Amino acid sequence: MMKLLTSLFVGLTLMSAPVYAQNSPLRLELDQGIIEPLPFAVPNFVPDGPSAAQYAQDISRVVAEDLTGTGLFREISSDAFISRVSSFEAPVQFADWKAINADALVTGAVNVSGKRLTVRFRVWDVFSGQELGTGLQLAGTTEGWRRMAHKVADQVYSRITGEGGYFDSRVAFVSESGPKNQRLKRLAIMDYDGANVQYLTDSSAIVLAPRFSPTGDRLLYTSYESGSPRIYVLDVGRVKRQELKTQDGTMSFSPRFSPDGRSIVYSLIQGGNTDLWKMDLASGQSTRLTNTPAIETAPSYSPDGSLIVFESDRSGTPQLYVMPANGGEATRISFGAGRYGTPVWSPRGDLIAFTKQNKGRFHIGVMRTDGSEERLLTASFLDEGPTWSPNGRVIMFTRETQGASGRASLYSVDISGRNLRPVRTPDGGSDPSWGPLQN
Amino acid sequence: MNVLSKVLALGALSVIAACANNDPSALGGGGAGGTGAIVPGSPSDPRSPAYFQQTVGDRVLFAVDQSTLSPQGQTMLQGQAEWLLANPDFVATIEGHADEQGTREYNLALGARRANAAREYLISRGVAGNRLNTVSYGKERPIEICSVEECYSKNRRAVTVLTGSTLG
Repeated sequence: MMKLLTSLFVGLTLMSAPVYAQNSPLRLELDQGIIEPLPFAVPNFVPDGPSAAQYAQDISRVVAEDLTGTGLFREISSDAFISRVSSFEAPVQFADWKAINADALVTGAVNVSGKRLTVRFRVWDVFSGQELGTGLQLAGTTEGWRRMAHKVADQVYSRITGEGGYFDSRVAFVSESGPKNQRLKRLAIMDYDGANVQYLTDSSAIVLAPRFSPTGDRLLYTSYESGSPRIYVLDVGRVKRQELKTQDGTMSFSPRFSPDGRSIVYSLIQGGNTDLWKMDLASGQSTRLTNTPAIETAPSYSPDGSLIVFESDRSGTPQLYVMPANGGEATRISFGAGRYGTPVWSPRGDLIAFTKQNKGRFHIGVMRTDGSEERLLTASFLDEGPTWSPNGRVIMFTRETQGASGRASLYSVDISGRNLRPVRTPDGGSDPSWGPLQN
Repeated sequence: MNVLSKVLALGALSVIAACANNDPSALGGGGAGGTGAIVPGSPSDPRSPAYFQQTVGDRVLFAVDQSTLSPQGQTMLQGQAEWLLANPDFVATIEGHADEQGTREYNLALGARRANAAREYLISRGVAGNRLNTVSYGKERPIEICSVEECYSKNRRAVTVLTGSTLG
């Protein structure tokens, strides 16, 4: 499946369509606190032959589910439709869509020729009767139909919100099964919505906390396959792993790529003490970034690569600090009540997501990069390990329930704190790492 | 907590008893000859890993987010050190663990601190450092699975696991 996905060719070609240069009146401003989801309709895409019928229906469904899943859009059921869209080229009957209060309309057509799948679509602003953007044609393989649906949904999201989408992306995570005291963990990867799960390791050794490379081609993770925690890098396409050698006789964990993908920052344990180090991947040379008797871990680069936010208990409790990417003086940024951990810089650079532990509860929260404007987005017995969607609008994290039958699973939440949703995985799941938008 | 302190007290007592009755030289060679049949390798064999685990006691416990050794913990490690000195063929790995109240990576680092605290104590009592490895499991391997302090207190531990005899 991997091979098919990576070899999937998705071409974006402009169709001859009128271009409306002026700003569209239909626009969701995401920063203005959206309360009412925007109503939209996705009539089944028109198949241009019997072999395309199922794909047309499935693609339309995934487009609608992607949009509905954001919490920003509300789908109008096809039961309410007045118009039937039986031809992609025929003029849209805007009055019929206005009558059922659809603000946005997505029309499309699907062609299947052998293993080749072509999708054409248009996005309409119903009330102005204008097209949003221009019609596009996507070409790929039938096996990659979900990716093509996600690409359509990304375009719709992007044209209505003016921001990048996140549907055609993948998530690496740890698949968990078995009871707490004998938990089996496997490294896995899936589409952002839980489809197409692929396992990358077996469960013979504990694996922890995968992290995508900036381009999504590699994963860093921690494994106990040697008997103690060490860092591995895995080529996602070839499912081939390699240990990243740190100093002999040490434990290493908590690895993250730099934004240019050429080096990693990680935690090294020597004599019981955990400090941050940086490794140049080409040479394998490591240099020390922190040197204190405190625990320093969970580093995360700023998108421009100039700074690292990390967790340290040098003050007595775990708190968040920012330092230059080559080490040096660190500035504490978390000052609220409780303990802070797992800071992750947003891809937009504006926020830092974190885990907070306070009064026996765990929270996922966000703050500005100077620590101001802290907002808690979730609360439960145990929430931890946030990861950002490629557009910096959604956070996925681990939620573990309490007690002997406690189970870990993945959730996502909008950075507004709305739209908390479970992410479906075949077994339990933890430690998600959200990869970039695919090409 | 009551149960726990009793267990600790018993462990401490047995360590003291072991110290009183078996000076290290008595453990060697024919030292096992006195009290009837001892099955080699069984918990009744004072040179067996099973004896170390069950009679000497293989673990010390820690307070929340702490890696300092309690007086009971020090007594336990004293017993471990004496056993390791009397049985120089064995090497050990000290496993550090944390309870589930904490993030995964912080707990890995905390488990390493605990394992190291136990290792340093054993070294201070004369055990050679090259016989003592450490590994941290963070919160990945709890022995008790309830989500209350009674379980948490048993999961915050450093366990000395005999990994074999250097003489094979």
